[in-house]
Formats: sequence, structure tokens, C-alpha cells
Amino acid sequence: MKENLEKVIKEICGKHGNDRSKMMDIVSGVHSQLGHVPGEAMGLIAAECKAERIDVESVVSFYAFFSKEPKGRVVIRLCNDIVDQMYGVQRVAAAFKEELGIDFGQTTPDGKFSLEWAPCIGMCDQPPAAMIGDKIMTWLSSDSAREIVRTLKECGDPSKLKHTLGDGNNAHELVQSAVSNNLREKGAVVFAPMELGAGLAAALSVSPTDVIKKMISSRLRGRGGAGFPAGMKWEFTRNAAGDEKYILCNADEGEPGTFKDRVILTEAPNVLFEGMTIAGYAIGSKQGLLYLRGEYAYLRAFLENVLAERRKAGLLGKNIMGKGFDYDIRIQMGAGAYVCGEETALISSCEGLRGDPKNRPPFPAQKGYLGKPSCVNNVETYCAAARIMEKGDAWFAALGSQGSSGTKLLSISGDCKRPGVYELPFGVTLKDVLERVGAEECIAVQVGGPSGQLVSKADFGRKICYDDLATGGAIVVFGKGRDILEIAHNYMEFFCEESCGYCTPCRVGNELMKSRLERIMAGHGESSDLRYIEELGLTMKTMSRCGLGQTSANPVVTSLKNFRSEYEKRVIKREDGMQPSFDIHKALETSEGITGRKSVHFV
Amino acid sequence: MSETYNFTIDGKEITGRPGQTILQAADEAGVYIPRLCAHKELCAHGSCRVCTVMVNGRPQSACTQPAGAGMVVENETPKLLGMRKQLIDMLFVEGNHFCMFCEKSGNCELQGLAYRFGIMAPQHPYMFQKKDVDASHPDIYIDQNRCIVCARCVRASHDVDGKSAFGFVGRGIHKKIAFNAEHNLSETKLAATDMAAGICPVGAIIKKRVGFAIPVGQRKYDTKPIGSDIEKR
Ligand SMILES: Cc1cc2nc3c(=O)[nH]c(=O)nc-3n(C[C@H](O)[C@H](O)[C@H](O)COP(=O)(O)O)c2cc1C
Ligand code: SF4
Ligand code: FES
Repeated sequence: MKENLEKVIKEICGKHGNDRSKMMDIVSGVHSQLGHVPGEAMGLIAAECKAERIDVESVVSFYAFFSKEPKGRVVIRLCNDIVDQMYGVQRVAAAFKEELGIDFGQTTPDGKFSLEWAPCIGMCDQPPAAMIGDKIMTWLSSDSAREIVRTLKECGDPSKLKHTLGDGNNAHELVQSAVSNNLREKGAVVFAPMELGAGLAAALSVSPTDVIKKMISSRLRGRGGAGFPAGMKWEFTRNAAGDEKYILCNADEGEPGTFKDRVILTEAPNVLFEGMTIAGYAIGSKQGLLYLRGEYAYLRAFLENVLAERRKAGLLGKNIMGKGFDYDIRIQMGAGAYVCGEETALISSCEGLRGDPKNRPPFPAQKGYLGKPSCVNNVETYCAAARIMEKGDAWFAALGSQGSSGTKLLSISGDCKRPGVYELPFGVTLKDVLERVGAEECIAVQVGGPSGQLVSKADFGRKICYDDLATGGAIVVFGKGRDILEIAHNYMEFFCEESCGYCTPCRVGNELMKSRLERIMAGHGESSDLRYIEELGLTMKTMSRCGLGQTSANPVVTSLKNFRSEYEKRVIKREDGMQPSFDIHKALETSEGITGRKSVHFV
Repeated sequence: MSETYNFTIDGKEITGRPGQTILQAADEAGVYIPRLCAHKELCAHGSCRVCTVMVNGRPQSACTQPAGAGMVVENETPKLLGMRKQLIDMLFVEGNHFCMFCEKSGNCELQGLAYRFGIMAPQHPYMFQKKDVDASHPDIYIDQNRCIVCARCVRASHDVDGKSAFGFVGRGIHKKIAFNAEHNLSETKLAATDMAAGICPVGAIIKKRVGFAIPVGQRKYDTKPIGSDIEKR
């Protein structure tokens, strides 16, 4: 057994050059062979890669997809996002539990199945959804959950599960997925047809600095959320000292309610890779990395094939398009950690470390991946860059609004008739968007995901753009009868789960925020709790180290701001003068148990 | 590299040298910025956030932010003092701190800060989390009830002692220190003479058999508030 383990580890480490910066791939390889990464394996991996055992353990313990304890051969991860909750995930959960005879967080005694909750897996437009191993199953019901378990009990192989194939490339022989694109509106930039190599040819016909000039005059801003001017970032990275530079693409897409990058990766991967190649040329890099969230592993073989075909077509590799430019792209898989979408955490993860964000300065443009100047952009940003080269900076700048040129992909889900991806010009009003998706009787909209804001009807006339309602793409619609506090609570649970734990305000603050909200929801809230929430929220926003903690109080803080009456009606002033948060009956329970009689005073 | 530059902290003119952080320049100028994870012999970590100051109106951790010419830094504003107090409070309720039984009492930097900020009792509810204690090592014991996740031991052991005896596992509220060993601390190369064994700001890492040499009441922060050594300069 021990010798066998040694052999397995040696082989996997060797495959990755015994390189400790490839720790994600190594750990993932060991995990998929053994079903977990036991302590013994950690020591062996460390020895092979000249690392410390604790380096390996810290990685294994950080990512949701890795485990030190044995996991079932098939891990079922059911998405517990608010949208899945709205679409009956609890019934599906009950069916899984009953059929497997275990609760969430457990493994069946025969070691065949583990059942887990997962935060948003990027399928809010087809809920409830789950990952069965790497396989994604959508629109689940209690019946289909039972069917899944029965099939797996017979064959144990998720790839044998029966389902209809999704549209477009979801039906491609290398994908074979149940996922649907739900691509409702194609715009002029990302989803308009582009001839293979057209953007790249245009870029290679001018100098790298001219490419950057065009990027700047297009006024393209980052599509991942923060909205930093892309051309400026490219220029900083180009001008940074050093010969070795990296182009990183952020395909971590973890913000609950966001799934637009999934559709780009499925339907327009060539536009993306073309944009990354152009960035490589402009910045002076020979290597790009696509950081793909673990939940999208079902797209990996397909994407690898697209890369291989680009190499064959002379669009990647040595001497691209005969212009003497060398560049290639590899895929780095994530393993279940939202914070790895934060650009410096993403770099940590690519380097084979825990997904902790890094201290800034230095910024990635100066010192990024492996300490080298690196440019991190979102999937959609690189796509726009390819089109800017192909069709011109002026063409792009004329689209959208003044401060926000171009189009934006919106991932829309929740209480609406036509959930899916919409490519719309910037400047469109929220009201217009809601009409397009068929959101009738909508009372609240989460714009920009949990880290964005929950807005009420009063804000529906506002515009989607960087200067007004900014969003990385997530729009979640809530209809009549939805409980505002429950929405905020679901999102707070998400942030508690996903905080990296590095800094105090985020690690502790999120827990405190969640428990104060729970106290209000349980009917024990007092009006001073509302001030507590505001103050705690401000401390988290001001004092946190990265964007996660700086925005994670938003679900509560923005819903309190825009739906104050929902909170006010839940906090109470008691007639008897007792503090509502103090439950006298609970406090007396133990002594009543000992004395064997009920309190006379507090009946 | 001898060129100096000027900036202000709360209106006071400060002279900085190239490569200095705001915290380092402030220390030299006799301006105390509260801190927990920072230690002058270690690289900056930026995790406790107690040192957060406003730099030209934006929050930055003073221990990681390079000082620069013309910066306008705010340190002792009521808003920042209130938020720092909240952070200290958070660290108290996150762990299980029984100051009256702790060997570190009076020398504890967390307790020292609580005194300085006038915290009598935390405003946040206690979390009462279950934490590990490891007494396997012949000379050292570790009580994670008191750990504030500042990474001083991790940095000291890795960067200075060259042993990597400590690291972190888990994330979110479950993040905690772990040992570079299969089972417990005694399997690591940690020695009582290591920097890592003596650098804990709180009472999480304690050396055995040397406790209470100085009676409580006559210890560092029993006599003078934390930070007064810097302010005196
Ligand atoms: C907690 C957190 C999660 C993030 N997740 C993503 C993500 O999944 N995808 C993304 O492109 N950007 C994400 N970002 C933003 C990135 O840090 C970064 O700004 C972005 O990748 C830069 O690319 P862009 O300028 O093209 O938008 C996240 C930021 C934070 C703080
Ligand atoms: S805010 Fe702090 S704890 Fe939260 S994810 Fe960022 S660094 Fe980690
Ligand atoms: S001392 Fe600066 S963050 Fe802790």
C-alpha cells in the first residue's frame, strides 16, 4: 500500500516537473486518484517537490474541492445559491438525502458517494443545478435527483448519466453537457461572428505600442467588476521592467448569479484566445494562462482542443501568422474558491499557494505571477480587445455610453421568464432590461451580485454603466413575496464560507454580520441592531484588505438602505421592557430542568 | 538612497526615507500607529488591519503602504479610532481570552491595545469557538484559544529560523495555525530558542517552566500604555 502510494505520488509530481508552483495540479491529480489527499501523501508530495509538508496541507485545506478526509468516489455538489433556493432546491436536497441515506457533508459508508452544498456553480439560469463529479446536471427535481442516484448506484460513472444535450457547443463531442447557453440577445462585440484570426492579423500588422494606443482610445474598461481602463493596464504591464511577462485571464466567475463567461467559453473561445494573444503581443509576453474555475471543468477538454486547433492554424505557438511572434496559452484549473477571482488571489493560486490575496503594492503589473509583470483581465475584456483590433477603436468607442464604451454581457436569473445571457449596449436602463427578460411584479433586483447592491423600484430607471449601476454582469430578479432578509442572509452565508480568513474585518466581521441578521430574522432584533449593522458594515468596508471584505457587507447594508421598512417591521420594542435579544425562557431552561419546575415569574 | 522626503500624519510633518513604510517612518518620528501583526524584525503581513490609516482619503494599512512625498495621512481621527476598536473587539470575541489566567497578561499586545483604547467589555457577542491546545512539545505549548492569526510565528519560523514549523490551514473563520507535522508540535523542529517561540503578541505560544517570573502588575503594559516607547522618542 505504502509503496503503491509512493509510486502514485512520484508519477503525478513527475508529470508536473516536481515543480511546487504546480501544486494545484499535483494536489488535484492526487485527489482524483485517491479520492482525498491523506496526510501521508502530503509528506510525499512535499519531498518530491522540495516543499514543506505544511505547504501542501495549507493548499489542500483551502480549496473546497480538496479534502484530507476520504471522500466518496462520486461527490454530489448541490448548488445552494438563492436562485436555486427559489426554484425548490430543498426538495431536491431531501431526495438526495433520502436516496443516499446520508446528510450534507457526509459520505456513504460504502465510500461511493459524498453529498455537499456548493455556492453558486454558474448555472443560475437553469436551477436547481448540481455538479455530479465534473458533470453538471441542471433543472433538477426530486424525481431526477432520485434517478441520478439510482443510475450511479448501478454504474458509478457520472458520464453515463442520461440527459438531453444542451444547445450549441454544449452538444460538442468534447463537452456533451446538459447545460444550456440561454444566449438570449447577441450584441455587436462578443457574440457577433468573427472570422478566425481577423483580430490577431489586424493587431500584428501594427506595432505593439500602436495596439495599446488603440486600446486606450477605445476606452475599454475591465468587465470583471472593478472597471479599470484596460489599455492603461496593458501599458503599465508593457512598461514594467523585466523580459518575462504573463497574460492571465480571469475565468473564475464566482460571483453568485454570474454565468456570462461560461457562455463565452462555450460559444466564443476563439475570440477570447485571440484577445489573450493580442495582449501577449502588445505587452511582450510569451505565455498566457486561463484560470478556469473548477466548476467549469466540463469545458476543459473542449477548450484544450480549441487551443490545439489554434496551434495547428499557426495562431498560437512559434512564429504566429509568420510574424516572428511566439506565444502560447495553458489552462490552470481552480478548485472551488470564490476569492481566487480576486486578481492577486488568482495569482497566488496559479503559483500553487493558498488563494490568499497579496499585499499591494506591488501591483500585478509590476510583480505578478512568479514575481513577473502580469496582466489580469476578465474573459469578456479580452474578447472586446480582439474586436477592437478587428473593427477599430472608433467603432468600439461609438458603442454604449460616453463613460462606458461598448456592450456588456448580463447574466440574468431569478424571477423572470427569460433568464440567460444578454449582450446589451452600456447605458441601457434597468427597467428596459427587466422588460426584456420578462420580469413582472419585480420588487427587488440584485445588481452586480452579492458584492453589488440590492435595489428597489425607485432605482429601476437607472442606467447600467460604470458611473451609475455598475455590474460585473450579475442581475438577479426577485418577484413579489420574496423575503428581503432571507436574500441578504443567503449571501452572507456565501461570504462567510468564501472569506479567505487572512484579515480580521472580513474573517470575523462576516460572521458577526450574519449572526446579527439571524437574530433579527428570529424575532429577537432591537432597533439598535440596525445601527450596529451600519457601523459594522462601514468597518468591514474600510478596514478589509481586499475587495471581498470591502464589499461583503453589501447584501445587508444595501438592503437595509433600500428596504429599511422590511427591517424595521422585524425589530421589536417589547412592552415588558426586556431586551428582545434576551430570551428569558431559554436562559431559565437549565435551572428549570434541575429544579424540575417551571418559573413562576416568567410564564 | 539617502534622499529624504516629507509627508504629514495628522498635520505633523514627518521625514521619510526611501523604502520605508508609513509605519516605519511614523515610528522614527515618534508617532504611534497601533499595530498587532507587524513586528520590526519581520516582513509586513497586513492581516490585523489595526494599523489602517487614511492616505489621501483612502484606507491603507500603514505597515504595508510605502510612505511617499506629500502624502496626507490621517491616523488618530475619531472614525479610525472607532474602527480600530471594533477590530480589537473582534479579535477578543473570535477567540477565548481569559486574561486573568493567562501567563501573558500584562505583556499581551492585544490586551495592551484594549487598555489603550479603553475597552472594558466587547461590544460584539462572544463566538465561543472550540479551539485546539497542543502541549506535546517538551518546552513550548500552544493554546489556539488565544491565537489572533497574525502569522508572526509563521513568518519568524520560515524567514528567520529557517524551519517552517508553522503554517495556516482552513479558510474564513476556520483559518488557524497548523504545524509542519503529521500529528503535533513535538514533531516539528521548533526550539524554545527560536525567534518563532518568543514572538507571539498574545498568549498563544508560551514557553514551559518559565512563567510568571515577573509578577502580574509589574509587567510591560501594566506600567505604561502600549506604544509609549514609540511616542517617547
Ligand atoms: C472577491 C473577488 C472576486 C472576484 N471575482 C472575479 C471573477 O470571478 N472574474 C473576474 O473577471 N474578476 C473578478 N474579480 C475582479 C478582479 O480582481 C479583477 O479586477 C479583474 O479580474 C480584472 O479584470 P478586468 O479589468 O478585465 O475586469 C473579483 C474581485 C474580488 C475582490
Ligand atoms: S478581505 Fe481579507 S479575509 Fe476577506 S478575502 Fe480579502 S484578504 Fe481574505
Ligand atoms: S499591523 Fe498592519 S495590518 Fe496588522
